[in-house]
Amino acid sequence: MLLAVVVKRAAMALLTLAGVAVVVFVLLRVVPGDPVAMMISPGASAADIAALKAHYGLDEPLLIQFWIWIKGVVSGDFGVSITLHRNVAAVLADRLPATLELAAAALVVAVALGGSIAIAGTLMRRTAGEAVIDGLNSIMLAVPDFIWALALVLLFVIAIPILPLTGRIDPVLAEGFHTKFYLAESIVTGRFAVAGNILSHMAMPTLALALPLAAVIVRLLKQSLKEAMVQDYVLLARIKGFRELRLVLQEALRNAVGPTLALTGVQFTFLIGGTVIVERIFAYPGIGNLAIDAVINRDFPLIQGLVLLFGLIFILVNIGVDLTVAALNPRLRHA
Amino acid sequence: MIPSETLLDRAAVELQPDTELRPPSMASRLMRDRKVVCAGGFILLLIVLALGAPWIAPKDPLAQNLLLATVPPAGLPGSEPGYLLGTDGLGRDVLSRVIYGTRVSLTVAFVAAGLACLIGSLLGLAAGFLGSAIDALISRLVDVWMAFPPVLLSILLVAILGTGLHSVITAIVVIDWTRFCRVVRTETMGQAQMDYVVAARAMGFSRSAILFREIFPNVVPVLIALLTLEMGIAVVVEAILSFVGLSVSSDTPTWGGMIAEGRQIVHEAWWVLAAPLAALFATVVAFNQVGDGLARSLDPVLRR
Repeated sequence: MLLAVVVKRAAMALLTLAGVAVVVFVLLRVVPGDPVAMMISPGASAADIAALKAHYGLDEPLLIQFWIWIKGVVSGDFGVSITLHRNVAAVLADRLPATLELAAAALVVAVALGGSIAIAGTLMRRTAGEAVIDGLNSIMLAVPDFIWALALVLLFVIAIPILPLTGRIDPVLAEGFHTKFYLAESIVTGRFAVAGNILSHMAMPTLALALPLAAVIVRLLKQSLKEAMVQDYVLLARIKGFRELRLVLQEALRNAVGPTLALTGVQFTFLIGGTVIVERIFAYPGIGNLAIDAVINRDFPLIQGLVLLFGLIFILVNIGVDLTVAALNPRLRHA
Repeated sequence: MIPSETLLDRAAVELQPDTELRPPSMASRLMRDRKVVCAGGFILLLIVLALGAPWIAPKDPLAQNLLLATVPPAGLPGSEPGYLLGTDGLGRDVLSRVIYGTRVSLTVAFVAAGLACLIGSLLGLAAGFLGSAIDALISRLVDVWMAFPPVLLSILLVAILGTGLHSVITAIVVIDWTRFCRVVRTETMGQAQMDYVVAARAMGFSRSAILFREIFPNVVPVLIALLTLEMGIAVVVEAILSFVGLSVSSDTPTWGGMIAEGRQIVHEAWWVLAAPLAALFATVVAFNQVGDGLARSLDPVLRR
């Protein structure tokens, strides 16, 4: 039953993705703005331009271009990037791990930070501490990742210069990796100095992405916890003499976490969308930064590949959220 | 004042029909909310700055003076009299540029959010009132739309439409109408179940009269709260697009454009980044506080 729902939603999402791909493909080619014009040197002749267009298949009719592209996508070939002169799939494979590590780190930080603030707020309910948390959180809810990122730059690069401003790792340390998952690999292979260097580069972008999500988690989880704390089962546990912290963690949290989890999943897709601008600010070499360059340079094959990749990530995240929520909620599991 | 009189006054007020009572009571509730008053005051200040920029700004925001480049704000060593927030890499006055920057930000906030609100709520009203076939169509469209990451979509749209204020506004409307559509659809469906709508039907009102004269006025309060929140979002989206270099041309001062410049020279002149960033932060928070305050005063559960 649950599987059927997930399959249905995945099919729906794939259909959406295909639709988006078609729309992007057509829009990019219908509007003015010639990608070839951006690549040629000022002295190029008309023949040079025509040759270049033919090289990238841009002289074919729209339908033929689309057919060539779709045939390639199905067999895993997304074409060749016009600006980078490399296979799009290879470029994406190169850049994706950096973004995945960043998004995963941000999710972990957001859940840890948001969860602990919500629990602290619940323990302090009806005190001045709760009012402070609520007041700060109402401001944090309003501030997007873009503003956090730049505020962190002012704080940790200018006021207290302890973090590197750009990049993913010091170039001298970037040698000798077998995969592009630098952080995971350096931890697994026990190169902790390298891992520390990577983490210092990731700290600001991670925090900028995590803080808005943490604020959302605080608001919803704290509300759910407060509601759970007045339920009979918590009262019963309280009569048994359990301490307040244990009441929150063992009794209330388990019942209150469901809605927060579902919302965190939805918000996680926003977080991934946020990597686009945050990676840009910190010159972090992920797919988000790549996407802005691709759009500015009108690199059609690369834009199309990125759109499909982002769409696929969103579908996978949504399915993951559905399954997690179902696994933690027995009522849905047997539905 | 004699107590009995006040009691009589109150009784008189309470006996008036609900529609006449609500607007003043909501306004007075809002005026008692200190956060909303402060935030609303700040937005008013921004409007004054935007309208009066040529008279308020101390310097020409475009006047370059390379002899006075990266002058720090007043009070710091090396500051120059007359440049309260210092100068940028080309010697332009940061304060004047921040003041002029309010123009683009507020234009986008009001026009883009307003248009998104108009389109979204019309479609939302249609989906919520005109039956299941239209509802299914519009709701599916909203789902598809929302499946796409907004930042990427806005950059893509502006790249397609070309840079400029029109493109930025179009991009925001095209992306964010869904927020209004969803909420208005749900509200309309809820209102359509109410007794007053049943009564209007029984009295033989036409469908459009029921929708626009009976239901819509009851959706408006929620819409205003949402619109205010959307204005904050629009300001940030414009700043992001300016930051990336896809908004208005670089000779118009914008907060996003200043932020991009400040980010480049942050080690030499941090104030070029800090000043517009602070303005953006305060604006976003202000729109949010007003929107939240409106939502709070409208929601009988939250009001307690």
